[in-house]
Amino acid sequence: MHDVALSWRQYRLERRMFWRNPSAAFFNFLFPLILLALFGAVFAGDQEALDVIVPGIAGMAVMATTFTALAWNMTFLREQGVLKRMRGTPLPPAVYLSGIALSALTNAVLQLALVIAAGRAFFGTGWPQDWAALAVFTAAGVVCFAALGVALSHAIPNFDSAGAYINAVFLPVILISGVFYDVAEAPGFIKDIAEALPLKHVIDGLSGALITGRGVADNWEALAVIGLWATAGIVLAVRGFSWESRRR
Amino acid sequence: MSVAIEVRGLAKRYGDVEAVRGIDFVVARGEVFGLLGPNGAGKTTTVEILEGHRERTAGEVSVLGHDPQRRERALRERVGIVLQSCGMYRHVTVREAVAHWAGFYPHPRDVDEVLDLAGLSEQAGVRTGRLSGGQLRRLDFALALVGDPELIFLDEPTTGFDPAARRQAWDTVRSLRDLGKTVLLTTHYLDEAQALADRVAIVQDGRILAQGAPGDLGAGSTRYRVAWRDAEGEAHERVTDDPTGLLHELTTDALARGERLEELSVTRPTLEDVYLELTAGGDARA
Repeated sequence: MHDVALSWRQYRLERRMFWRNPSAAFFNFLFPLILLALFGAVFAGDQEALDVIVPGIAGMAVMATTFTALAWNMTFLREQGVLKRMRGTPLPPAVYLSGIALSALTNAVLQLALVIAAGRAFFGTGWPQDWAALAVFTAAGVVCFAALGVALSHAIPNFDSAGAYINAVFLPVILISGVFYDVAEAPGFIKDIAEALPLKHVIDGLSGALITGRGVADNWEALAVIGLWATAGIVLAVRGFSWESRRR
Repeated sequence: MSVAIEVRGLAKRYGDVEAVRGIDFVVARGEVFGLLGPNGAGKTTTVEILEGHRERTAGEVSVLGHDPQRRERALRERVGIVLQSCGMYRHVTVREAVAHWAGFYPHPRDVDEVLDLAGLSEQAGVRTGRLSGGQLRRLDFALALVGDPELIFLDEPTTGFDPAARRQAWDTVRSLRDLGKTVLLTTHYLDEAQALADRVAIVQDGRILAQGAPGDLGAGSTRYRVAWRDAEGEAHERVTDDPTGLLHELTTDALARGERLEELSVTRPTLEDVYLELTAGGDARA
């Protein structure tokens, strides 16, 4: 079978497995909507604040569906021995991993669509202003956070500790990167840290695409920072890759 | 003799630990070859080098004419692997899993046929997360066989099985031999090696202590076991390398006393005797 067909088959298996765990799938999609509803209620009537929250939650959704999901899944697959089993088959590693990555991309797109639709329906944010910018920053965010998620899985020693490792990265990053407030109003050092991290720039890009209509050309610095993180993430993801648990 | 696997001077070191210290063996095509030894002997390390999961420190290895370390797809298409312990996706059914795996290979076997061979026909629609340990092991077999491999690696295929499940797994291995497949299996069960393997290599501390057909391995030893029951009905057993002399002595004494040696038997050393004799030295060292 051709490698493209094999990748598609793997993708379809990943999707089937994702939906066969319905409660996980449900909460996966509900989580950003719950946050959106909470903050939407808090800032009801304050359109300026809502215009920050909707792209903020959208950025968080991209990170959750790629970074968190892949750090978790790759640790699980490695510790369970599924990766090692796969490695013994003729399926090329790149084809296998592409199926997993495409599945994460699908979840990111689905979740973005839900957040955007909810923003339009309840929080006065309207349809996206710049579809090209939306596509570019979503793609850049997915590549960057997917690679960083795989890279993080290499640092997680066993499945029991996966949650602790992932939350220790995910929660501070979403809190500092302006998911729930405008980073511009934060104290200087918080702002500096946020500027150095990729999520703030993904949110800036999405904010441009969804709210202000600022396109890719006006946001190239944000794209450059995401690109740097993506490069680092890919290098770390590939170099540290382990097909099996370190316990022997 | 057409060669499936050739191993020369294979060594593997993990830091300071020498897991494999110079192993040589050859497995012919169509042969079931067993690596027999206690846990930690270096069996799994050896097999995982042949499977392409580990890189060797020294030595030459050829698997179906390939160097497994190069991890060529052409080799992986001809080999089936049952790892010692290995997880599986939980949310797919047995049939879906086997059918998915079939897609990896250029000339897969029929999925139903493989389910039947592995004894999983009744579980075809069951999610793998609901299978018992024995059924999961059979799924390992099915996934390794669906690509119609020429060579199958079985690492401790029946560890943790109940006796009935073991017999079933043995039947599967025998049917592989009947299909003309080459099988390399590791085990720490003597009876398994005896029952399945055409030839056995006894491994301990990363070395091969002896190899040959299970029957010949026993014949190579000179330690015969002589057992009998005396006039009081008490059982005796002596191990000797001169059974003729011992029997003469025993029968002469018995005749002189006018007694019979009840249940007299002379047993050629079994694989078990050879194994225990060979591996005892290692335990003493350890």
